[in-house]
Amino acid sequence: MCLAVPVRVVSIEGNEAEVEIGGVRRRVSIMLTPEANVGDYVLLHTGYAINVINEAEAQETLKILEEMASLNEVH
Amino acid sequence: MKFIDEFRDVELAKKLVTRIKQLSTRPTRLMEFCGGHTVSIMRSGLRQLLPPTVEMLSGPGCPVCVTANADIDKAIALAQLPDVIITTFGDMMKVPGSYSSLQQARAGEADIRIVYSTQDALEIARDNQTQPVIFIGIGFETTAPTIAASILQAENEGIKNYYVLCLSKLCPPIMKALLDLGELKLDGIVCPGHVSAIIGSRPYEFIPREYGVACVVSGFEPLDILLSVEMLVEQIESGKPTVEIAYRRVVKPEGNKTALELMDRVFQVDSADWRGIGVVPASGLKIRKKFERFDAEQAFSITLEPVREAKGCICGDILRGVKIPIDCKLFRKACTPEHPVGPCMVSSEGSCAAYYQYEIV
Repeated sequence: MCLAVPVRVVSIEGNEAEVEIGGVRRRVSIMLTPEANVGDYVLLHTGYAINVINEAEAQETLKILEEMASLNEVH
Repeated sequence: MKFIDEFRDVELAKKLVTRIKQLSTRPTRLMEFCGGHTVSIMRSGLRQLLPPTVEMLSGPGCPVCVTANADIDKAIALAQLPDVIITTFGDMMKVPGSYSSLQQARAGEADIRIVYSTQDALEIARDNQTQPVIFIGIGFETTAPTIAASILQAENEGIKNYYVLCLSKLCPPIMKALLDLGELKLDGIVCPGHVSAIIGSRPYEFIPREYGVACVVSGFEPLDILLSVEMLVEQIESGKPTVEIAYRRVVKPEGNKTALELMDRVFQVDSADWRGIGVVPASGLKIRKKFERFDAEQAFSITLEPVREAKGCICGDILRGVKIPIDCKLFRKACTPEHPVGPCMVSSEGSCAAYYQYEIV
């Protein structure tokens, strides 16, 4: 029910954005994310972008995961 | 897909499981609050991979499942009113109320339409201006701002035939209610990622402080969940429970301020009726007086028959985490996804539906 998927913002017009996911485009509301820019990935839930995804944090989390995984190999 | 595939790496997952095994020295009981987490854990087989010391219980984080029969009965009663068009998320259609379901009502005379978004419900209202269009507003904090946005949009555009049956519920107060019941003796909670995208991580701070229970906000891919379990086990083993965010690409401590402001403009906190738990104070939302003309409960009068619960169904116990689906006598026999007796078998995120689909018995 709280399902949400990352989609890329293609264009913005007022409170609406055109987003793309896997080659499919649709219009969504950005009333909850006025800070969204073209090129950003936003999290789409029931036709609304509910957050802008932070790319740097995603990379940081992947780095932490790699580090954690490599901790085993030392032991 | 970007931000999804990277968090499904099998080799990395195996190494994380090994790390959790090394870290975990004592029996640890965790609850994944959110139904989306339950499905992800089942689908990826994580429950079987974790060491025997780490127990994962499913929580009440499925909005369809926790909707009380009394509220489903209200939705069905509204659907029977002349000229009314009901709009609802598809998950709600099959949920049995006391006497029937929305699906059965639609097979009768009722005009009930499945929508993907409140935007679609507004569109139906624009296209049918002589008929009342009521949206069945279930959901947690993830969905509540989208309902608030639709009400504000209806007001701005002067749409006069749009209404909401407000059944929105709040997660931190129900976590408190579960902890107060004291049935579970939890060590940690995997907190819901998309609820937290809106509310942030701060509303969980009372949980480690007052109950000594660890909290980590998690994403939904297998690596997100393993990272969260690792962080919880670390907190629990070190005896220092706190609130951490494992889903940092989406969740900030302060949440989404725009969404929170819209919610606060339209809704005020109210009690809510939770299946299996009952009426919990300050655990739901209602439409503020200023916007009451959009409130279906204010605008229409309906008469309701006494509430009835399905015989033998233990959804309530399952939602509180005290029983699992295979404890239910109806599971896989009288109750299946095709013929559900209780809501936990209806919603794809319900524990019973997830066990039915994924659990190897």
